[in-house]
Amino acid sequence: MSSVLFDVPGPKAILRHRLLGVLTVVVVLAILGFIFWRLFATGQFAATKWQLFTFPLVHQRIIEATIATLTAFGMAAVLSLVLGIVLAIGRLSSRKWINVPVMLFTELFRAVPLLILMMIVYYGLPPLGVTFVTPIVAVVTGLTLYNGSVFAEIFRAGIESLPKGQGEAGYAIGLTKGQVMRTILMPQALRAMLPITISQLVVVLKDTALGFIVTYQELLYLAKFYGSQLQYGSPIIPSAIVAGSIYIGLCLLLAGVAKIVEIRTRAGVGRRDKKLGTPAPTPFDGGASIA
Amino acid sequence: MDTLLNNLDIFVEGFKNTLILFFSSGAIALVLGTIIGSMRVSPVPAMRAFGTVYVNLVRNTPLTLIMFFFAFGYPKLGFPKADYLVLALIALSLYTATYVAEALRSGVNTVPVGQAEAARAIGLTFGQSMSLVVLPQAFRAVVPPMMNVFIALLKNTTVAAGFSVLEAGAIRQYLSERGEPAIVVLLWVAGIFVALVAVLSWAQRSLERKWKVAR
Repeated sequence: MSSVLFDVPGPKAILRHRLLGVLTVVVVLAILGFIFWRLFATGQFAATKWQLFTFPLVHQRIIEATIATLTAFGMAAVLSLVLGIVLAIGRLSSRKWINVPVMLFTELFRAVPLLILMMIVYYGLPPLGVTFVTPIVAVVTGLTLYNGSVFAEIFRAGIESLPKGQGEAGYAIGLTKGQVMRTILMPQALRAMLPITISQLVVVLKDTALGFIVTYQELLYLAKFYGSQLQYGSPIIPSAIVAGSIYIGLCLLLAGVAKIVEIRTRAGVGRRDKKLGTPAPTPFDGGASIA
Repeated sequence: MDTLLNNLDIFVEGFKNTLILFFSSGAIALVLGTIIGSMRVSPVPAMRAFGTVYVNLVRNTPLTLIMFFFAFGYPKLGFPKADYLVLALIALSLYTATYVAEALRSGVNTVPVGQAEAARAIGLTFGQSMSLVVLPQAFRAVVPPMMNVFIALLKNTTVAAGFSVLEAGAIRQYLSERGEPAIVVLLWVAGIFVALVAVLSWAQRSLERKWKVAR
């Protein structure tokens, strides 16, 4: 391991690094050990607390809840990608009466917390006479409005990062604006932005968990329900572990896909400029991809 | 307007707790994130491994799930009783720290290699080249993504509403007992959030202008 940040270590530094390494391992193990000790001491690993999860009916319910989570994710993903493309095109329109409202729309829905959006749909609309609001409608609408706006910004950045000549060449051979967008700019921008798009999809998947708060019956809702079953010793921690591992597993899976796609696109582009430290995960990352 | 003015007590209390959550977990996340971010680029393999695992694991965990563990799991572990506000604060800090770490790391990645090479060439140690040469430059490049992290944190504080914390997200629940229309209350809350986010993005833009490095 060599990096520009530090020399190849000499004998003294190797010793120091080993000591620090051992210290890190000890501290991490101590923290983990403490947590496990508390879990043991309070009987979280007792058979009675886990008995509930041996019933086939419970397995069935967990599978159903996972499907509910994935349904909300799938619907929100498709709808927000479509909304994102539409908004990105609107934002790039040269007509003021299109691009200004679209800009306000994306800015507004990126600024309102997702949970508040879901609550507005779930608690706010029914008294106004909107009758079709069920929890899944609230979850999907909230996710779509927020992530659609985020996708719009991602796609716009993708189109604006393309070399100017791409669009100009299209106009030069007589394509209309719509054709240039459809056949030249969009395909390139979508491909360039694919890794970021997938990491944003991980955020969509993570945010379906907010449905728990607006009573959408997904994994966490089920975990809370089983966790409060008194006759099985209210196994809230075991059920959180079960639901949590499914959630984290799904997210890690999707994040892995994002990583693979990113490596493949990067390999196609060729090596980027050499920068410090370990290779960055996603170039356009930071806050945009946070829940 | 009446909805806001007649229930100012709840609104003020709610947004006070939101701001408490925002500032304190922001500060903790900044410290924790800096530690984890520097672990990820450090020469000690065990530290790098820990940093990587922590960031990848927590970033792929829904915040709601982390809060779920703290709000429902913690009281079962026989620890001293803690306020729900404190538990939400810890959950938010642990979650946001990973984003701070990643923002810092991508900032370090923007510093040209020559800077670090020059620092090494004049014989600075890892600690010195980080603290005197790389980080001061990285911090400037980090301001915009870091402000994005804080904007996200501000919005994420609403998740605590699902876990018995009286903050902005919970205002609706309290006011529905007083018979206020939910939509009006929620639109007020949303409006105040838009204003708060606007303040943060304004700060982001002006800091960015002020600290822009000519390269």
